[in-house]
Amino acid sequence: MNRRETLKTLILASAAPSFIGTVGCASYTNNAVKPLTWVNISSDYSYGRTDVEKAHDQNLFKESYFSDHELITIATLCDIILPNEHPNGGALDAGVPDFIEFITKEKENFKVPLRGGIMWLDNHSIENFSANFINITESQRLKICDAIAYPEVRDQTLQPGIRFFSLMRDLTMTGYYTTELGFEDLGYEGNTPNVWDGVPEEVLKRHNKEYDDEWLSKCVDQSRREVTAEWDDDMNLIT
Amino acid sequence: MSQDSYDVIIVGSGAGGGMATYQLANAGLKVALIEAGDFYDPADDSQRTQLRFPWESPRRGASTRRRPFGDFNACIGGWELDDEPFTTTEGTEFMWWRARMLGGRTNHWGRISLRFGPLDFKRYDSDGLGHNWPIGYEHIKPYYDKVDKLIGVFGSNEGLYNDPDGFFLPAPKPRLHELYYIDGARKLDIPVIPARKSILTKRINNQRGVCFYCSQCDRACSIHADFSSSTSLIFPALNGGRVDLFTNSMVTEVTTDESGKATGVLFINKKDRSFNNLHSRAVVLAASACSSARILLNSTSPAHPQGLGNNSGHVGRYLHDSTGASRAAFLPDLMDRDIYNEDGVGGMHVYTPWWLENSNLDFSRGYHLEIGGGMRMPSYGFGFAVNQYNEFIGKEVGGYGERLRDDIKRFFGARLSIACRGESIAQHNNYCELDPHEVDEWGMPVLRFNYKWTQHEINQAKHMQDTMEDLLQASGGIPLGEKPGASENFGLTVPGEIIHEVGTTRMGTDRRTSVTNEYCQLHDAANVFVADAGPFVSQADKNPTWTILALAWRTSDYIVDQMSKRNI
Repeated sequence: MNRRETLKTLILASAAPSFIGTVGCASYTNNAVKPLTWVNISSDYSYGRTDVEKAHDQNLFKESYFSDHELITIATLCDIILPNEHPNGGALDAGVPDFIEFITKEKENFKVPLRGGIMWLDNHSIENFSANFINITESQRLKICDAIAYPEVRDQTLQPGIRFFSLMRDLTMTGYYTTELGFEDLGYEGNTPNVWDGVPEEVLKRHNKEYDDEWLSKCVDQSRREVTAEWDDDMNLIT
Repeated sequence: MSQDSYDVIIVGSGAGGGMATYQLANAGLKVALIEAGDFYDPADDSQRTQLRFPWESPRRGASTRRRPFGDFNACIGGWELDDEPFTTTEGTEFMWWRARMLGGRTNHWGRISLRFGPLDFKRYDSDGLGHNWPIGYEHIKPYYDKVDKLIGVFGSNEGLYNDPDGFFLPAPKPRLHELYYIDGARKLDIPVIPARKSILTKRINNQRGVCFYCSQCDRACSIHADFSSSTSLIFPALNGGRVDLFTNSMVTEVTTDESGKATGVLFINKKDRSFNNLHSRAVVLAASACSSARILLNSTSPAHPQGLGNNSGHVGRYLHDSTGASRAAFLPDLMDRDIYNEDGVGGMHVYTPWWLENSNLDFSRGYHLEIGGGMRMPSYGFGFAVNQYNEFIGKEVGGYGERLRDDIKRFFGARLSIACRGESIAQHNNYCELDPHEVDEWGMPVLRFNYKWTQHEINQAKHMQDTMEDLLQASGGIPLGEKPGASENFGLTVPGEIIHEVGTTRMGTDRRTSVTNEYCQLHDAANVFVADAGPFVSQADKNPTWTILALAWRTSDYIVDQMSKRNI
């Protein structure tokens, strides 16, 4: 696989900490341990677009919405939600931060919740650990995530964080499971020419289901699918 | 090009326009087919969306304003067109879908192909509401028969009076979630039968391929194994050499002479914005119910001061769409299921036709049920609320990390959904008209819609919700979300949302209360015909396409007959 050939490399603390400089600077030495890299998504697509659609997409690719700080925060969350340490890779291997950037540019209604969510997260992080989310320690980050990753938590002060985390989880999951890595992970089978001939026998048995003869008599005999259809005058198929 | 004169000009290349083109060209007439959108063939790889994977799109199949049913959907058009706005009167919610491409809406529809039954043409006789059609099932049956054989439709002969038998291809076997539905329906004594869809499960000729079960009819088929007007009717007609196709051409008016007879059409070439006209002996409007009404209303002349064909004032009146409501369920029996390819054909393999004829209900007219669910190909949205069903099995919702991989696999395909499609009652007060204050980018007055559901449709939606809940539970499902109540009209769709608009140029014997006769010929201009769903008097709970095709064929036969008799 050559998917690592186009890695975008960003070191956590390499982005200027724009929120509270001093805190950010302090964390630079402490936490710039793990390089954060993710696969870039190409802007070269060809899948039956009209000219108008092509122009629209190219404009979106040219635009950038998130600042480096925001993008690194997003990538950090993606990596927590679906880590790379798995045979089928994780969110960063699947280029999810780039996907989130694109879909946010496309869908206006994600813009404020994501940008505001990151602000909420940094604010919460500074209150508790005196630094932006990306500049605290990994265990501190997980502590915050533990507080906001469960929608059933009723703590009113955490609700904005919970909503933000849910949105990030949605986008990360969909961003990963719509790639080749995600398909592999899911074990998805389909989207290929085939001759469907019903649910496999062993699956039917496992579910205590069967095709009854009356129903089957109305179904296609796949061995005759290429035989041109003819009917008698009483609407009976005779071929 | 405008020096040419044609026997027939056909406006619009969807189901009706495609059938008229095919029949009239085959009868030896010289035909001009005018389409407002571009040329389209799903076999052309540069236009193909079929068999693409989600990662081939930067938005992974998410919907856009230009493709509201998703990035890979074949239909170019949508609810909102940049160049063709529309308006509504106060208090009206209406959605108006326009396809702008060769083949029109037949590029994306569900291929559900249901004949109207004998009762559907004479509903006034059974409930005293609305009006009867001037023709009955016996008039259309021969054409349904011919459409079945020409185009191909799978299904099964069940001997149901109002869901008539046909010349069917064999049906695909039910999927696993559909077997759960079948058992659930039988428990409740609700009928369930194989779906009826214009998808070739068996060869019908050497021009079109046989279904290879990718379930993507909505992306249009590159081997032409499902019906779309372009691939099944227009391409063969173009090959015959008697059809000139004009694409990117927006018809704004039917031109008439002093006697009121049509002489041709005016259209705008959308590429160079030029005005053009074409002449013909007859004009067939098949631009879709509302677009054809719009062209007629815009075709004013001394002979037709209220618009062509509108002496009755009925053009645009009796606009009606199908009703709809839907519900989904989590099917615990399908948790941790075996994963195999169950794509099948596009959409459902089984359905429930209306089963409560002559029951004592607080609404009139029926509905049918369409079944969905199972292991669909992941695309944008897959993995949202990834483990929400954990609440039903006593596990924690939310979280992060490796456990999410287990959750997504546990619930993949563990879903059953139902969508209802019902008949609404045509109302004189539900209509579209020209908005005197606004034009579109082509200088043509836009349509303004005035539409309200009646209590019949709302009560019907309530019944749909109760039925769906019962069926989902009987099938072993746990219905999801809140059941919509009275404050949400029981989940009833917005008029226009089901994209089955009909009735705007309805047929009848009385020229004071109808626009066309039974041959879809304008009462006011003998050489103008309507070949879309405009002439429908009532819509039935059946999807309109098969009836559009049958009527368009019948109208075409009549045009050939009238031309040969020199009546046109």
